[in-house]
Amino acid sequence: MSEQSGTTQKPRSLLDRLPSLTIMGPLVALLLAVVFFSLQSERFLTGQNFSLILQQISVVAVLAIGQTLIILTAGIDLSVGFVMALGTMVMAKFAVELGMPPLVAILCGMAVTTAFGFLNGFLITRFKLPPFIVTLGTMNIAFALTQIYSRAQTVSSLPEAHLFWGNTFSLGDAVFTYGIVLMVVLYLLVWFFLSETAPGRHLYAVGNNPEAARLMGIPTQRVLLLTYTVAGFFYGIAGWLLISRTSVADPNAGQTENLETITAVVLGGTSLFGGRGVILGTLLGAIIVGVFRNGLTLTGVSSVYQVLITGILVILAVTADQLSKRRS
Amino acid sequence: MEPSANSTPFQPAPDLDPGQTTTQPRLVLEARGLVKHYGHVTALDGTDFELREGEIQAVIGDNGAGKSTLIKALSGAIIPDSGEIYLDSQRVHFRSPIDARKNGIETVYQDLAVAPAMTIAENLFLGREILRPGWFARLIRWIDKKKMLEEAIADMKDLKIGIHSMTQAVETLSGGQRQGVAVARSAAFARHVVIMDEPTAALGVKEGNMVLELIRRVRDSGLPVIIISHNMPHVFEIADRIHIQRLGKRAAVVNPKTISMSDTVAVMTGAKSAAELSPEALAL
Repeated sequence: MSEQSGTTQKPRSLLDRLPSLTIMGPLVALLLAVVFFSLQSERFLTGQNFSLILQQISVVAVLAIGQTLIILTAGIDLSVGFVMALGTMVMAKFAVELGMPPLVAILCGMAVTTAFGFLNGFLITRFKLPPFIVTLGTMNIAFALTQIYSRAQTVSSLPEAHLFWGNTFSLGDAVFTYGIVLMVVLYLLVWFFLSETAPGRHLYAVGNNPEAARLMGIPTQRVLLLTYTVAGFFYGIAGWLLISRTSVADPNAGQTENLETITAVVLGGTSLFGGRGVILGTLLGAIIVGVFRNGLTLTGVSSVYQVLITGILVILAVTADQLSKRRS
Repeated sequence: MEPSANSTPFQPAPDLDPGQTTTQPRLVLEARGLVKHYGHVTALDGTDFELREGEIQAVIGDNGAGKSTLIKALSGAIIPDSGEIYLDSQRVHFRSPIDARKNGIETVYQDLAVAPAMTIAENLFLGREILRPGWFARLIRWIDKKKMLEEAIADMKDLKIGIHSMTQAVETLSGGQRQGVAVARSAAFARHVVIMDEPTAALGVKEGNMVLELIRRVRDSGLPVIIISHNMPHVFEIADRIHIQRLGKRAAVVNPKTISMSDTVAVMTGAKSAAELSPEALAL
């Protein structure tokens, strides 16, 4: 693949390999955690438990797809979980109270989350507002709308279609939900989009050097607007996964998931400065969070320690990111 | 390569008759009476500009002389208030740099318009990726990484700037090599003109010379080059002709082989007028 023209190859320094280090670090952390928890609890390393971890992370993981796309453009979305909660409420109430066909109600919920993504993108691109502030605002708006619309009541007795992704199939001794399959398929599709298509590469370029991207003829504002909108669509899918898992639409859902998406992205080695990262790293990040939570629960450790360890991991990951940025 | 070894495809016009037409080489890019105001400031006050085929023309001028504005007008970054621009004798109206690019004018920007985290091959094709064949690939805009890599290797081989792997991220390159990538990109896509804005400004001596050498190779491949520079030795080393911009107008076009550096600076600063120069020093 390389073009050798006589002179010796410049030795690649450690710095050149830092991007791969940012992914190797979390991988090592994950392996250590798996070994540790396997020794501590014999229930940990079983197909059944593995399936459970994947089920537990599926909502965060799908939300984090949208978050990854946005962070790759050097943005951030603080509204993720709250927008998802509003979407689930629309899906549930449109079907249960308005009597809409279940699938139409679900599509309406996804339309709402997509519209919120579009609103974020519109405010950011049209008025040049910082993503942090815009999404802080829409986070509150989405939260308030959810509470107002639901009157702070949980909606239950959902139709079959709403629970579709909770259906299961067996593989060996493990039982997997359709939701896990959907999560994996979405990750593979987004991976393909980001690495193999022109719009995917443009998204990286916009995050890496927006001015260069603009000068090379990439419509940077349109890329940003589309990214936020597509992210909103993923929040809708995550909402459907959530109600499939819990069988209810809860007005207070999505609150812990909100920051967990950023945790997953950062642990997965995606740079908060934009333009660097791989989507499969985010899945890895989500799995790390899930493994720690699950393992600590199995070994009877208070869940506070899981929060503590996640916090430390995030700071380590962000520090690695900052160091590699400073040196390059 | 020393500058005297340049094979200039034309000689400077021996006489000063502005009406001569038959001995003049073809004009690739031409501007007539460009005017541009920014509020009360007149950046361009009726500038003319002529770029001949096969030449490297340097544009120099004091701060505020309007050289950047002139270059921006030629590269589509600004729209002049009045005046005409001709590309291959056809009147053109550029509304954006993309417009100029579509017309075969490529610009290398001073601040290196590259995406550092992306590979050399990706940067070469940024914004104009090669897609795989077939309707499905077109629909999803599936890029042909293998073909882009092969073409990147072919493009960069001619430049001999010591880059080995096209899958290397641009940020792993030195400043001169990055500039080399930017130059290679323009040379690969330009059909008419390459414009370079201060291509050696941020570089050390060795790297600066490497980039000058690259610029010569671009010219020798048949593309005329416009170069803006503050570095007089570089200008004199590389330019076939020098356009001196002063007070929003073209003060003179001089021949670096027959004019002294001090006379050039004198015209640039207004200490001398073009009429005071010896006729051999002029190149219009």
